[in-house]
Amino acid sequence: MKNIAPKLQADQYERNFSDLHPPFTQNAATTEALRCLYCYDSPCMKACPTHIDISTFIKKISTGNLLGSAKTIYQSNWVPLTCAKACPVDVLCEGACVYNVKGEDPIQIGRLQRFVIENYFEKGMPTIFDKLPNNGKSVGIVGSGPAGLACGAELALLGYVVTIYEANKIPGGLNTWGIAPYKMRREDSLKEVELVKSFGVDIKTEVMIGKTVKVDDLLKQHDAVFLGVGLGESPQLSIQGEELSGVIGALDFIEKVKTENWKDVNVGKKVAVIGAGNTSIDAATEAKRLGAEQVYIIYRRSDVEMSAYEFEYQLAKKDGIVFHFLTSPKQIIGKDSVEGIECVKMKLEEPDIRGRRKPIPISGSEFTINVDMVIKAIGQETKSNFLSSIPNVTLDEEGCVIVDQTSYQTTNPKIFAGGDCINGGKEVVNAAYDGKRAAQGIHAFLSDQSKGEK
Amino acid sequence: MVDLSVNCAGIKSPNPFWLASAPPSNSAYQNCKAFEKGWGGTVWKTIGEPVMNVFNRYGGLDYNGQKIFGLNNIELISDRPIETNFREIAETKKLWPDRAVVVSLMVESKRETWHEIVKRTIDTGCDGIELNYGCPHGMSERGMGAAVGQVPEYCKMITEWVTEISTIPVLVKLTPNVSNIQLPARAAKAAGANGITLINTINSIIGVNLDTFELKPNVGGKGGHGGYAGPAVKPIALHLLSQVAIDPEVNLPISGIGGISNWRDALEFILLGSSNVQVCTAVMHHGFRIVEDMIDGMTNWMNEKGITSLDQIRGKSLPRIDNFGNFDLLNRTIARIDQQKCIHCNLCYVACEDTAHQCIDLTEENGSSKTEVREKDCVGCALCSLVCPVENCISMVRIDDGSASKTWNQLNEEFRKSGKQMTWEELAKFQHKHGIEIH
Ligand SMILES: Cc1cc2nc3c(=O)[nH]c(=O)nc-3n(C[C@H](O)[C@H](O)[C@H](O)COP(=O)(O)OP(=O)(O)OC[C@H]3O[C@@H](n4cnc5c(N)ncnc54)[C@H](O)[C@@H]3O)c2cc1C
Ligand SMILES: Cc1cc2nc3c(=O)[nH]c(=O)nc-3n(C[C@H](O)[C@H](O)[C@H](O)COP(=O)(O)O)c2cc1C
Ligand code: SF4
Ligand code: SF4
Repeated sequence: MKNIAPKLQADQYERNFSDLHPPFTQNAATTEALRCLYCYDSPCMKACPTHIDISTFIKKISTGNLLGSAKTIYQSNWVPLTCAKACPVDVLCEGACVYNVKGEDPIQIGRLQRFVIENYFEKGMPTIFDKLPNNGKSVGIVGSGPAGLACGAELALLGYVVTIYEANKIPGGLNTWGIAPYKMRREDSLKEVELVKSFGVDIKTEVMIGKTVKVDDLLKQHDAVFLGVGLGESPQLSIQGEELSGVIGALDFIEKVKTENWKDVNVGKKVAVIGAGNTSIDAATEAKRLGAEQVYIIYRRSDVEMSAYEFEYQLAKKDGIVFHFLTSPKQIIGKDSVEGIECVKMKLEEPDIRGRRKPIPISGSEFTINVDMVIKAIGQETKSNFLSSIPNVTLDEEGCVIVDQTSYQTTNPKIFAGGDCINGGKEVVNAAYDGKRAAQGIHAFLSDQSKGEK
Repeated sequence: MVDLSVNCAGIKSPNPFWLASAPPSNSAYQNCKAFEKGWGGTVWKTIGEPVMNVFNRYGGLDYNGQKIFGLNNIELISDRPIETNFREIAETKKLWPDRAVVVSLMVESKRETWHEIVKRTIDTGCDGIELNYGCPHGMSERGMGAAVGQVPEYCKMITEWVTEISTIPVLVKLTPNVSNIQLPARAAKAAGANGITLINTINSIIGVNLDTFELKPNVGGKGGHGGYAGPAVKPIALHLLSQVAIDPEVNLPISGIGGISNWRDALEFILLGSSNVQVCTAVMHHGFRIVEDMIDGMTNWMNEKGITSLDQIRGKSLPRIDNFGNFDLLNRTIARIDQQKCIHCNLCYVACEDTAHQCIDLTEENGSSKTEVREKDCVGCALCSLVCPVENCISMVRIDDGSASKTWNQLNEEFRKSGKQMTWEELAKFQHKHGIEIH
């Protein structure tokens, strides 16, 4: 890289990556809990993709039954700490709170959930779950992200012998390696991994299914298999200069940030992030908080089409990120390392039948931005190479695994799947729901099978 | 394993939570739904004489943004035909053999009428009878309810009419609208009641509308006293409960009621001697579902404390109840402010300065205010710690070494023995000796 941004003081890094939403004190949690109306059949519960019984867990905070509150939460969601800190609550539970209709601030559900779950971990994870005796069946899970963890937790408590295979050295998937550090630190994700392990789930790290262990062997070893492999890197931009030093994929970059060795992560003085999804925003704000002087987000459509959530957009603007909408990269300029990025202005065509407005370049509008680093964040590729190598599993045209909507069974009856690899990339909470539902699907499948044997 | 089951005067239930006799326990549909949600028992909405309700019948007291801190009602006893009630009681008990089904009764003061209704009640197969001597409005004007509960002699007479023929346990439900709750309780005991239920609602007017001058609740322009219930009445209920629980002349099992909203409230009643608890207003606010956390929270609390049965804690706080004359005058506490926690609202200062003993100094330090207790002047009244909005910021610290102890009764006895009069001068000498200065 040509111009590396100067390193910051250690305490400055900590400030930059400190909690976006600090924890509640006991008093504040109780006061907020008492403000909750304890609605019946509440809209927040319906808006939560895992359907946590929110008004009940909040009621339990107000009566001082924090253990019962934690149990209520876990009954629906196995990664509630991550969800409490990383869920886009504005568009989910808090967005559905009836106070919004009244024109008052919604209940801070995420922070209340965090209060309950942090208390649960502080108390040393007391046993609140019943585990059925070993039923002699075994399930193999590929991937230890939220989908894999949720599936594993549920199955272990149902009496299955569960092994999770994880390619990475440290488990947790994107909960560990993806979520922006000012939302959540790695140790939070690892606490949730520990809880799942405490149910007897065996997590084998640095095992890449398809490489270290062959898919056939995996299928032979287990009665059923769950795929929670998530997605891959951001796709190639397929423009000139992409091989220059200083060009990096967003996931690679964020993974480095998530080591939390802030000083070891080089960022350019000037950084361009290509794409305007939530991951792009994360990459941009993280680069800025690591000391980059100027960070640009370059996006070929306008702010209306951008997939980033409103609050992520506001956060980026607060961090001083400069947005170039209706702008597309043409080539990355530089000798050995990045020196600039040539862009072209775009305009949107009239909406097609699906309502999509196609961006087209405005000829002669080319301009160059001087940057030292380019982060590619135009989505994530599916792991279609690996997935298509699995016998009888079918993928859709986007490369997502096709599953039955209720059982999460793939077209190979023995194989189930959930999380980003079936939905093409949503949120942690969706993966957590899929994993739990798939576990129930697996349980039904294997229970039927043993009935058949008898 | 925690066991929540209770036995109140021979009436058994799998947990201590019963619906109080009130709108939530009005019908078979409601009581069965409550049992499905987990309630351990019910006291059926009072049945008896023909009545007709007015439409608007409740008034709510909201406090600092919290709805229904108190609830006032002018509802009468069940306004459904008595035959319907008897039929539904029998059906409910049959469907739920393990839950307590108690039937609340109120009829005119005639022996035959009482005998008749008691017999028919027993025929339903229910587990017990509760005599409603508490209803403070509507029924009392007709010589029933509180009109009975307020006169110990009536209370005894009517209770006897019931106990002389009842084959199932009889609880007497008392009104709090008396100056000495022990008297009607003793009357119930003397008449052979098996247990006491308390409290019914407290006489109240919820408020006045400042635009129309109407009372709340407003029935076509008119209003009057109603019965007050809900969280606001809990401290009163706890006191009345304790008065009956410590009375050796009563010595009966007690079913506690009054402002119970959650498992913590319920435990306080049990610690003051309740065999079980009954709930009305909290259910009216949030529905039968609240019992889930009552059971769950109580179970978790008991697990944490290593308690396996409520029998182990019932009445455990009663021995601490004593008269003022037996409190230690030398148990000396003072307020101490944690300067790290203080947020400089100065509420403690103004409370002490204007309404207590002027012993908090308000000074400036590094551009912000600083409050500090002058410990030698602090009388330890604890007001500042009550107004302080920060948890554990002002603590009341005991500063005597515990070696000296003297109650008012002991002091008087000492004075008497040494021939001294209790005068301001003598008292000042005693205080001075122990380093206590009252300005
Ligand atoms: C940068 C970024 C930030 C995000 N921020 C948020 C946020 O703030 N809030 C939110 O709700 N969501 C966020 N998301 C989305 C969220 O992280 C994902 O939706 C969620 O993690 C998907 O869970 P998963 O279990 O399906 O997959 P992943 O979390 O991706 O986990 C998949 C796991 O499988 C392992 N694996 C893959 N292939 C193999 C193999 N062949 N053998 C063994 N192991 C394998 C991987 O190493 C990985 O650990 C973010 C995503 C990204 C990329
Ligand atoms: C609307 C209403 C109706 C009531 N009706 C009766 C009744 O019919 N018989 C009775 O014994 N008590 C009746 N009560 C009193 C309750 O049973 C209970 O003693 C009182 O409400 C205090 O408990 P709480 O604070 O939990 O509400 C009634 C209370 C309310 C609020
Ligand atoms: S609570 Fe039900 S019965 Fe009462 S006024 Fe409202 S709608 Fe009518
Ligand atoms: S009331 Fe509490 S917070 Fe306020 S000034 Fe006094 S000590 Fe400080």
